[in-house]
Formats: sequence, C-alpha cells, structure tokens
Amino acid sequence: MFSKLVSISSGAMVPDRDADKSPILECIGLGVTFGGLKAVENFNLTIGRTEIAGLIGPNGAGKTTVFNLLTKVYQPTKGTILLDGRDTHGMSTTQVNRAGIARTFQNIRLFTNLTVEDNVKVGMNNAMRYNMWSGIFRLPGFWKEEKVAHERAMELLSIFDMQDMANARAGSLPYGAQRRLEIVRALATNPGLLLLDEPAAGMNPSETAELMENIRKIRDTFQIAVLLIEHDMNLVMNICEGICVLNFGQIIAKGSPEEIQSNATVVEAYLGKKKEA
Amino acid sequence: MTILSNLISGISLGSIYAIIALGYTMVYGIAKMLNFAHGDVIMVGGYLCFCTTSYLGWHPLPAVLLAIVGCTVLGIVVERLAYKPLRSAPSLAVLITAIGVSYFLQNAALLLWGSDPKVFPAFFSFSGQSGVALLGGQLNITYVAMITVTVCLVIMLALTTFTGHTKMGKAMRAVSEDKGAAQLMGIDVNFTISMTFAIGSGLAAIAGVLLCSTYPTLMPTTGSMPGIKAFTAAVFGGIGSTPGALLGGLLLGVIQIFAQAYVSTQLSDAIVFAVLIVVLLVKPTGLLGRQVREKV
Repeated sequence: MFSKLVSISSGAMVPDRDADKSPILECIGLGVTFGGLKAVENFNLTIGRTEIAGLIGPNGAGKTTVFNLLTKVYQPTKGTILLDGRDTHGMSTTQVNRAGIARTFQNIRLFTNLTVEDNVKVGMNNAMRYNMWSGIFRLPGFWKEEKVAHERAMELLSIFDMQDMANARAGSLPYGAQRRLEIVRALATNPGLLLLDEPAAGMNPSETAELMENIRKIRDTFQIAVLLIEHDMNLVMNICEGICVLNFGQIIAKGSPEEIQSNATVVEAYLGKKKEA
Repeated sequence: MTILSNLISGISLGSIYAIIALGYTMVYGIAKMLNFAHGDVIMVGGYLCFCTTSYLGWHPLPAVLLAIVGCTVLGIVVERLAYKPLRSAPSLAVLITAIGVSYFLQNAALLLWGSDPKVFPAFFSFSGQSGVALLGGQLNITYVAMITVTVCLVIMLALTTFTGHTKMGKAMRAVSEDKGAAQLMGIDVNFTISMTFAIGSGLAAIAGVLLCSTYPTLMPTTGSMPGIKAFTAAVFGGIGSTPGALLGGLLLGVIQIFAQAYVSTQLSDAIVFAVLIVVLLVKPTGLLGRQVREKV
C-alpha cells in the first residue's frame, strides 16, 4: 500500500487512497514560544487517515517539540490542531490520548518495574470497565474483563513476537525489545494516530528493516496513521508517503520522498551550501 | 511470660504504625510528597468515632464506617485545596503546606472539641472481658490487640491485591514511576492521586480507631506522635514500598515496647530513632527500599 500523494480540498496532500476520507490530523498555523524563542512557528501539516508520514530535520529543529504540542505536553501558543476534525484546544494530555493520539519517546519511558503485560494493560486502562471492588474481591466482572484484557494484550504483543516475554519485568528487556514494547503500549490505548519518536534509534540495520515491516503491518492491521521522527533516512525514504522537513522551527519542505530528496533547500539544511568552485 | 506479652503489645502497636505508614508510603510513592498532615487525619478519625458513639449513642460499627468515610472525604478535600494547586511547585513548598495543614487540623480540633482529653469508649470488650487469659492467667491477650493485628493483615492483603491486579492499582504504579508517560497513555493522573489520598486517609481513620482503643485518651495532638513514628516506620522499611511499611511498622512497634519495658520509658523514643539512624546509615533506602541507579 504505497500510494502517491494527491491534493485534497484544503490544498494539503495526502495519499490517494485517503483522499476521499477526512484527514486524521490537521495542524493550522501551529506555534509555540518559550520566553522569546520561537521553538515552532507556523506549522501546517495534514495527515491522511492511513498515511505513514515522516517528520525530519537537523538536530534541534523542533521535531520533538511538535510531538509535545500534538500531545499537549506543551500548550501551543498559536494555531489549531484538529484531530479527526475535532479541535483539541484546551484538552489535557490525558484527554488528547483518549481522543486518539498515542506516542513513544525518544528516550524510552516504560514503566520499568511493571511486567511487560502490565505495561500494555496500563495502556488499555480506559477501555476496562470493572470497578475497584470487583477487582479486590475478584468478582465475575473482574475475571471477564481481565480475560479479555489478557487476550488483547497478548494479541498486541504478538505483533512483535513478544508473547513469551509477557511476565518479564519491562526494565529487564534488551534495548530493542523495550523500543518495541513502547510501540505496543502506545497501540494499546487504541489510537487513530501513532507518533513514533525515533523508533529506530540504536537499532542495527536488520532490526531497522524488521521495524519498517512492522510499522507497515501496524498501519495495515489497525488502519491508523503513523507520524514518525527519524534520522535514519533509509527508513524514512522507504516507508513514509509524505515527508515534512523542519529547520529552526519552520517547515522548509513538504512532499513525497522523491521530492524531498531532490529539494535544494533540504540538502542545504542538512549539508550546508555548496561552495562555488 | 512478660517477654511474650511485651512482644504481643509490640506487634499490636506495630500493626497500627504499619497501617498509618501505608498512608505515608502510598502518597509518597505516587505524588512524591510527604503528607505530614497524615497523622492528624488519624486524630480526626478518632474524634468522629468518639462523637458518634459517646454523644449520639451510635453502635461502634456504623461509627467506624462514618469515621472512614469522613476521613476519606477529608483526605480528598485537603488534596484538592492544599496540594493540587502546588502540583508543579518545588517539593519544599508542598512540604511546608503539609505542615500547615497539620497545624490547621490540630487547631480546628482544639476549637471544636477543646483541649481536655476525651476518654475513648472501649469497643472491644465482650461479656465484660477485655481479653482472654492464657496459660493459667499468666498471659493476657486483649481483644484490641487481636483485632488490630487481624485488621492490619487484611488491609495489607487487600492493598497488595489492589495495587498488583486492578487497573486502578496498575495506574497507580504507572503514575508512581513516570507521571508524564502515564498521562500520555491516557491515565488521569489527578484522579489517581486523589484516589491515593482517599485510600490513605480511609486507612488513617481505621488506624485512629485502633489507636484510641489501645490508648484511650483522645486529644487534638493525639495523631502527631504516632504520625511521626509511622513516618519513621515507612522510611525504616523503605518509603514507597508496601511490604516495607508493614515490616517497618512491626519492627518499630516491637522495638518501642521492648525499649520501654527493658531500658527506660523516657528513652524509648530516643532508642527508636537511634535504630532508624543506624539502619539508614547502613541501608540508605530502608530495609526493603529499591536501590535506584542513575544511568550516566
């Protein structure tokens, strides 16, 4: 499912298979200032319902800040975020997650003392309905919900073949497995948009290749959109349909992988200006 | 025989410390703050129970239930009004606020109930007996002691099940590890913290009733010393750890009673705190505390 970008009514580009559906995310004129510093300015981005999009740029360009704005870790000082057509203005981090955005972190932030399965279940917390007393006294409602939760946790873990590790302490897992578990935990919150902050950081080429496969698999299975920050250009150019390039808090280019690769401004931002010979 | 009987009083007192210590340890683990007003919630619980039974003539059971509900509400209200606005303030500000709340509760009690000690009614005597005599009358175990130890164990089991196996418990453990990440996973951190205060304060009410049944004088300052001792117990066992609170509480109770019996009544508190200092010198995280290694 790799499709070319087409323009929709708002003028934004989304993959052609998503053209007839409303976009999952629209950022309009998004900006945040810290003191006098404009960390992100006039950020416009539209993501199609099942698009895999990439956010790239040199270090310090403001990529993670964009993630923090989308998840309301920072409140935007300017602009609008429409999630599935709904304005997220005034929502808290928790509410935005419940509305459908889940994320992973650049530096892994698992609940290290909980088991792998419990990490996933924490993500599913909102979907579980039994009350405290049926939990303490192990009433039938508890067992029923727990069984469903257990099965769903195992199903999610099976995406990355991690069922065998379900009872291990999350902190004891090897690095690559912790990164994968973070993705599973984010998926457990049942998002419409999954934000991945450098999912391939610290992975070797074969692990990265596997990760690419899995990101596609997640998109196809759950029919969700993925926005990822990544420095591994091989990964970005291979799986992203739309790419947005950020430098000094501003978008300097947007388009398909081919367009980005041949864009002079992008090359300049990464490598510097070519000297006249 | 006196050793055995001292041991039993020690375990009984230690169980009360353990229940109070749970409140300290849970709140510390989840909100990362020391709620120094916790001891005074015990006192409020004691007074609520005293008033309904002595003035209104209630049966002890509904009186205890009312005290639990009253303290739970008090815990939630205090958290909302005094601590929640300071969620992102430096921890020192929260600590001083907690001390302020402690004085506020003590003085409110002074205003409401006066400074003269009240005699707490004896709930736990059956057919005129306050305990059972064993070994031909050499060893007397009070009903209060038996009930205190049982209640403590039941609370421990319920709480372990709660934090280990329920979604709210998992949310609590998640919040205690990483508030930010928990929020991003859709957990309502404020609600989780409120629940923690509610549970801790409800337990304080139970501890209050048990404490006043063991030592039946009730004053506005009744809660402060046991509060400090229980805080010590929580640190002793490893703050943030539930089994640590139990172990710390029991050890502290036994050490205190033995020091009173065999060394000196006046020095008993000094001995308790000296033991704490020695333990912290050898094991800074407390007996069951987890060593946190910073990654470089």
